Amino acid sequence: MSATNAAVASVQDAAGAMGPLILGIESSCDETGVGIVRGTTLLTNTVSSSMNEHVRFGGVIPEIASRAHLDAIVPALTAALTEAGVSLQDIDAIAVTSGPGLAGALMVGVSAAKALAVATGKPLYAINHLVAHVGVALLDETISARLRSDQGSAESSLGRTERLGALLVSGGHTEVLRVRDIAADVELLGATIDDAAGEAFDKVARLLGLGYPGGPAIDRLAAEGNRTAIKFPRGLTAAKYMGTAEEPGPHRYDFSFSGLKTAVARCVEGYEARGEEPPVADIAAGFQEAVLDVITAKAVLACREQGLDTLLLGGGVAANSRLRQLLTDRTSAAGIRLLVPRTSLCTDNGAMVAALGAQLVMRGVAPSPLAFAPDSSLPVSTISV
Amino acid sequence: MLLLAIDTSAIASAALVRLPPGSTAGLVERSFATQDTRSHAEVLAPGVASLFPDAPTSGPDLDAIVVGVGPGPFTGLRSGIAMARTLSFAWNVPLHGMCSLDALAWEVRTGASAPASDFLVATDARRREVYWARYDADGRQVEGPAVGPAVDLPALPAYGRGAGLYAEVLAANGCTVDPEFAAAQPAAASLGLAAASLLAAGGHLLDSSPLYLRESDAKVPGPRKRAS
Repeated sequence: MSATNAAVASVQDAAGAMGPLILGIESSCDETGVGIVRGTTLLTNTVSSSMNEHVRFGGVIPEIASRAHLDAIVPALTAALTEAGVSLQDIDAIAVTSGPGLAGALMVGVSAAKALAVATGKPLYAINHLVAHVGVALLDETISARLRSDQGSAESSLGRTERLGALLVSGGHTEVLRVRDIAADVELLGATIDDAAGEAFDKVARLLGLGYPGGPAIDRLAAEGNRTAIKFPRGLTAAKYMGTAEEPGPHRYDFSFSGLKTAVARCVEGYEARGEEPPVADIAAGFQEAVLDVITAKAVLACREQGLDTLLLGGGVAANSRLRQLLTDRTSAAGIRLLVPRTSLCTDNGAMVAALGAQLVMRGVAPSPLAFAPDSSLPVSTISV
Repeated sequence: MLLLAIDTSAIASAALVRLPPGSTAGLVERSFATQDTRSHAEVLAPGVASLFPDAPTSGPDLDAIVVGVGPGPFTGLRSGIAMARTLSFAWNVPLHGMCSLDALAWEVRTGASAPASDFLVATDARRREVYWARYDADGRQVEGPAVGPAVDLPALPAYGRGAGLYAEVLAANGCTVDPEFAAAQPAAASLGLAAASLLAAGGHLLDSSPLYLRESDAKVPGPRKRAS
């Protein structure tokens, strides 16, 4: 048995029935997260955000985020260990987001995680951020309990019993995934070909003078507007992109939001050119509906056509009230079970990285070599490096 | 006293430097350095680990960690500082910072043809600029660190890759560029030796805050253009 295998085996032994104790680090965007889990039990989820430093720019500035990560990482580690009441020596393995994400931001978390691995000799897992957004569902007690009762087992997993799809919607991502096995087999079904949904919210919010972050601002204002007053384009829904179930077009499950953002700009300019005040609540409501209509319709379409009976929602935009409502309506009409982890688990955090790390350890997946490189465009099919 | 030195301001490097009791000069026990300037996140951790043949699971016998705080290209620089800060945290060992240009200045001053008066150290700041500082004959930094075009440097002997890259510009301005140092980069071994002799002389090191010298390029967006 190699030293590495021995280390993994001893981690699995030490973990016992409680599950392994994993420390996870996340730094792919503007949140410095350190989370600690034991198996599927959340012990702590410490998040330090540089969001306030990005407000005046109307979006995340990678260099500013990276500088903030460097100053936040050790305080976040200290806080997480204290809060969880464990020491670094107690930890069975370290997990870190190695991509996808902002290259300079990823580098900080990866360097810190590697330092922990060097300092403690513990195994290190370089983890896919998107798959971690799915794996985090296991930390939500309600979801975990439902999965355990389905599976009739003491320890829940994801994808092995239910036919699982995942919809990830955030400032950096908009993806539909098929999860056959959270620890071994994840496939990309569709994704945005330009802006992420959350990015479109930020850009439109700036256009409407609503401030940053745009998601919550538009969600609030849209509630006061009429979502059918102004009809905005639904990206990639034309027949030539969609095709049919038998002969899918090139972008059947894909999204595009950059044309929509331009359409909103033209609309606002039109009002201004006529000397009229733009009806911002109606514009916000119409824009939000255009984004969420396509996202929810295509996610449900993918589930139906791919035979997926359960859909998991993740990412920061999962906090949007209209997205939750539309998705609840449409999945229930299609007979698909919808799982939505609580919001603090949906936004970027270290606990999701630890949760996926725990799954990999429990399944005996080999740790990552110390020389792995962060990858800003890591494909979702690479669960760990 | 045993120091772990790390510098990623240009190349990635790490070294163990011992200062024997009563001595004023350190000794490099082990060191690691790359040539290239773009793989820090990959190579640094294995490089640091290679300095400790016995896995230091409960904390090695270190007295301090000293990290080069730049100036240097941001992303690479941060990988070294993040590594050093986290090692310091995990091992509970004191952490110090040192200007990375001091590593080269130490090599110049202790080299065969040490200048008798003030000299410059310059490294590549990309974007047709150099990071530089001015040192006196005793190796004290008397100006800088600063970033700017090579043409703005004072007319003094200049050392380091930043000087080599702009040798013609510097020569035309009255600087002399030592060919032996025309490709020299700051390295952890020299940084550790410089730190050891400074500590032996009762001097003080910096904290580990990076010397970025440049702001992020981000501009606050102006008001949206209105349709007329």
